[in-house]
Amino acid sequence: MSEAVPNPEAAAWRRRALLLAPLAVAGLGGAGFYAMLRGLGTGDYDPRGVPSALIGKAPPDFSLPPLEGTGLPGLSAADLKAGKPMLVNFFASWCVPCVIEHPQLMRLARNGVAIMGIAYKDKPADSLGFLKQRGTPYARLGVDQPGRVAIDWGLYGVPETYLIDKSGIVRWRMAGPVTEEILDQQVIPLLRRHA
Amino acid sequence: MIPEIGHFALALALALSLAQALVGLAGAQRADARLMGAASPLAVGVLVTVAAAFACLVWAYVANDTTVLNVVQNSHSLKPTLYKISGAWGNHEGSMLLWVLILALCGGAVAAFGGNLPSALQARVLGILALVALGFIGFILATSNPFERIWPPPLDGQGLNPILQDPGLAFHPPLLYLGYVGFAVTYAFAVAALIEGRVDAAWGRWVRPWALAAWSFLTLGIALGSWWAYYELGWGGYWFWDPVENASLLPWLAGCALLHSAIVVEKREALKTWTVFLALLAFGMSLLGTFLVRSGVLNSVHAFANDPARGTVILILLAIYIGGGFLLFAWRAQAMLPTGVFTPVSREGALVLNNLLLCSIAAVVLAGTLYPMFADLVLGEKFSVGPPFFNTAIFPLAVPLIGAMTLGPVMPWKRARLFPALQRLWWAALAGLAALVLCFAIEGYRVGPALGFGAAVWVILAAIADIADRIALFSRPRAAWARAKGLPRAAWGGALAHAGMGVMILGLAGMGLATDTLRLVKPGESVALAGLDYRLVGVADAPGPNFSARRATVEVRDGDRLVTVLAPERRSFPVARMTTTEAAIHTNWLADLYVVLGEERDGGAVLRIHHNPLAPWIWLGAALMALGGGISLSDRRVRVSAPAAKPVKAKGVKAGARA
Amino acid sequence: MIRWLLLLMLAVMPAPGPALAVGDPADQLPNPALEERARVIGRELRCMVCQNQSIEDSDADLARDLRRIVREQVAQGKPDEAVLTFVHERYGDFVLLRPPFKPETALLWATPAIALLAGALLIRGMRRRQAAAAGPPDLTQAERDRLAQLAGRPRE
Repeated sequence: MSEAVPNPEAAAWRRRALLLAPLAVAGLGGAGFYAMLRGLGTGDYDPRGVPSALIGKAPPDFSLPPLEGTGLPGLSAADLKAGKPMLVNFFASWCVPCVIEHPQLMRLARNGVAIMGIAYKDKPADSLGFLKQRGTPYARLGVDQPGRVAIDWGLYGVPETYLIDKSGIVRWRMAGPVTEEILDQQVIPLLRRHA
Repeated sequence: MIPEIGHFALALALALSLAQALVGLAGAQRADARLMGAASPLAVGVLVTVAAAFACLVWAYVANDTTVLNVVQNSHSLKPTLYKISGAWGNHEGSMLLWVLILALCGGAVAAFGGNLPSALQARVLGILALVALGFIGFILATSNPFERIWPPPLDGQGLNPILQDPGLAFHPPLLYLGYVGFAVTYAFAVAALIEGRVDAAWGRWVRPWALAAWSFLTLGIALGSWWAYYELGWGGYWFWDPVENASLLPWLAGCALLHSAIVVEKREALKTWTVFLALLAFGMSLLGTFLVRSGVLNSVHAFANDPARGTVILILLAIYIGGGFLLFAWRAQAMLPTGVFTPVSREGALVLNNLLLCSIAAVVLAGTLYPMFADLVLGEKFSVGPPFFNTAIFPLAVPLIGAMTLGPVMPWKRARLFPALQRLWWAALAGLAALVLCFAIEGYRVGPALGFGAAVWVILAAIADIADRIALFSRPRAAWARAKGLPRAAWGGALAHAGMGVMILGLAGMGLATDTLRLVKPGESVALAGLDYRLVGVADAPGPNFSARRATVEVRDGDRLVTVLAPERRSFPVARMTTTEAAIHTNWLADLYVVLGEERDGGAVLRIHHNPLAPWIWLGAALMALGGGISLSDRRVRVSAPAAKPVKAKGVKAGARA
Repeated sequence: MIRWLLLLMLAVMPAPGPALAVGDPADQLPNPALEERARVIGRELRCMVCQNQSIEDSDADLARDLRRIVREQVAQGKPDEAVLTFVHERYGDFVLLRPPFKPETALLWATPAIALLAGALLIRGMRRRQAAAAGPPDLTQAERDRLAQLAGRPRE
C-alpha cells in the first residue's frame, strides 16, 4: 500500500468497516452460539461426545480369551470379517448404562444380528452372573480384564458399541447405552445400509 | 413467608429498574432535570430491594428452610454456618442473584458518588446500568427463581459439593463478580459516551477509577480461585487453562488494556475510540463468560449444571447488551476525533504496545477457548486445546509485554527516545541478566525458569527504579522524602502493580523448578525431597462436622531440626458421597512444603510430597497488583468525588510527568 | 425428558467430575529421568473421561491405564513422538492437549500472528488519521536547531 495521498473517501469507508467489525464478529459468534444451543436440544451438538478414531478403518489386531462357563468362543480380530455387518459391544457388569442397553441388544440378537461382546475390566464371575441373569446377546465373547484391547480400540468408557461392515471396516461408534431410540433411528438403518 | 418476601422484593426491583432505565435515558435525552434527578433515588431503591431479596435467600439457607428447592439442592443442616451462607451463592440461581446485587451496588455507588458528574452523563450511566439489571433480574425471575418452593419438604438438603466447602471458594465468587460487574459501569460510561458522541479527558478520568476497581477485584477473585485450586485440588497445580478460568481471564485482560488506555484518554485525549471499544469489550467478555459457564455449550469441570433454555435467554441478553453496544459503536464512534498526537516511542506508544499485546493475548485465550466449540460446530471435528497450546502461543506475546511495561513508565509523554529510557533502567536490566545467569548456573539448563527469574527481577527493579527516579532518590536524596510525599498515589499504585506482576512472575518461575515425589510409606519411614526429610508418624481418624477423615502426621526435618509437622487429610462426605483430599502446606516463603495423603494399604499410606519453590509469591504478586490498583484508586485525581481535585491535580502532574 | 435422563445416565458411565489423582507409586518408573519424560508426555494427553485434565492430573481409570502405557513405552525406549503417536492413533485429535497443526487448526495456531498483524494495521490507520486530524507534528530539537541555523539566528 502506498502512503502517497490518502484518499479521504476510501479512508472514511475503511474506518466505517473497521467500526462495524466488532459487531460483525460478535454477530457471527452469537449465531454460532445459537446454533450450538439448538444443537444441544436436538442432539446435533454435544460438547461431551468424542468421535472414534477408528471410523473408516479396520479394527486393531487382537485376540481375547473366551469367558468360561458361557460356552461361547473367544474373540479375535479375524472374527470381525465375516462378510456381513456386525456389532462389537464393550460392556461390564458394574456399568449401570449397560443394564439399560441390554434389552436392545437382546432384541437385535433375536433378529439375527451378530453381536460380538467384550467384557471390559470385569471379574469373569461377575460377567457370567450378569449374562446368566439377563441373557446373552453375543455370538462370541472376549474377556479383556486388563483393558488393553479396549485402549487399542480407543474406548473411553462402557458401554461402547461399534458397527463393522461386511468388509470388516468400522463404520459407526456409539459411546453410551444403545437406547430404543438409537436402535431404531441409527443402528437398524446402518445395519441395512452396510448389509 | 420470607422466601415470598424475597421473591416479591426481586419483582419490585425489576419494576424499579425499568423506571430507572426510562427516567435516566429519557430524562437525559430531553434534558429534563427532574426526570434525571429521579434516577439516583431509583438506583438506591433497586439496591435496597435486591439486597432484601438476597438477604431473604441467605436467611433461607441459614435457617435451612427445606421448603425452598434451592436450599434443598445445595445445602444441608449439618453444614457449618459460613458454608450455609456461601452456599447461597454456590449455585446457579443464587450466584445470579449475587451478580445482580453487585450490579445494584454499582448503580447505588454511581448514584451516591457521581454527584459531580455532568447530570446528563450520570443519568445515562444509571439508565444503562438499569437496563442491564432489568435483563438479568428478568432472567432470574423467568428461568432461575431461587425462591421456588418444594412441597412436601424433604427432611434435609442434599448438601453442597464438599470440594466447594472452603473459605477460599466461599469468597471467590463475590470477588470475581465484583470484577465482572464492575465492568458494567465502564460499559455504561462507554455507551453513554457513544450516545452523547463525546469522549474527553474528563470522561477518561471518570472511567478509570471504575476500571481500576473492577480490575483489582477481578485480580483478587482470579487469584483466590487459583490459590484455592492449588491447595484444595491437591495437585500442586494453580492454573489449568480450563475454559471457565479463561472466561475470567478474558475480562481481566480486556480490563487491563482498558485501564491503561484510559490513562491515555485522560492525559492526552488520544485513543478515545479504542478506549470506548475496550470498555464495551471488557463487559462483553464478562457476559461471554456468564454465557459459557451457564449455558451448557461448554464442557468444563467448573460449569454450573446447565440448561439450554437458560442459555438461550442469556444469549438474547448478550445480543442486546454486546450487540447493542457494538451497534452503537459502529454508528456513533465516527463522531469521536482524536486530538493528541504522539510518536511511537513515547509513553503513549508504550501504552499502545501494551494494549496491542494484551489484546493479542486475549485473542489467543479467546480463540483457544472457543476453537474446540466452533470446530465441532462448523467442521464437525473435536479438538482439545489445553495448557501446552496456551503456554506456547502466549509466551512470545508475553515477552515484549514485559518490555513495554517496564520501559513505558520511565518514558515521557508525546515523544521520547529509547536510549535515555534504557539508561534509567540499566541497573535493573543488569540485575535481571544476573538473575538469569544465576538460575542457569544453579539449576542447569532450564530455559523457562531462568527467563522467568530474569524477567521478574527486571520488572520489580524497573518499578523501583521508576519511583526512585521520580523522587530523585539518587540525584537529590535529601529532597527525596518531600518528593515522595508529593508523588501522586497513582504513580505509587502503578509502580506497585507492576512490581506485583514481577513478584508473580517470580513465583511462576519458582514453580517451574518444583519437584515432587510419590511414595508408599509405612509409619516411621521417611522420604527425602529437596534436602528435607518427611517422616510419616502415623495415620489416625479425625472426625469433622459433616465428614469423616483420615489424618496423617508427617514430620518434616532439615537434618536434625524439626521444620514443621504437617497433617494432610482424606475426607469422605457421606451426604455427597465424595472423597476429597486436604493437602497440608507449610510455607517458609522460599518454598511451599506440600503433602497429600493418598490411599492406605499394606500397613502404609501413599504420600505425595511437593516442594514448590516461591509458590506463595504467585498470589502475593496478584495481591500486590490489586493493592496497586487500590492505591491508584485512592489518588485524589482519580477519585472524582474528591472536592479538592483541582489543585492536587496540578501538583500531581508536575511531580508525576517529566515531559 | 428422556434426553435428560439419558444425559444423567451417561454421566454415571465414566468417573465424572474432578477425580484428582493422588496416584499410585507402583505406576511410577524407577528411573527419575524417564519418569520425568513420561510426565511431560502425559501432560500433553487429555484424560478422555474428565474435562480438561491431562492424564497426569486425573485418577480416572482410563487415565491411569494411559499413564501406565506411556510409562511402559518410555521404559521400552520409544521416543516421545512415538508414544504420542501411539495414543493419537487410538484416540484421535481430541486426546492431544496441543492440537496438531493441520488445515483445520491453522486458524487457531495463527491467532497470535493474526492478532498482532490486525493490531499493527489498526495502529497504522490510527496514526494516519491522527496526522491528518492534527496537522504536522511538532519539530524535533534537531529540526529546530536546523531551522534556527537556516534562519541565521543563534541556537536556543
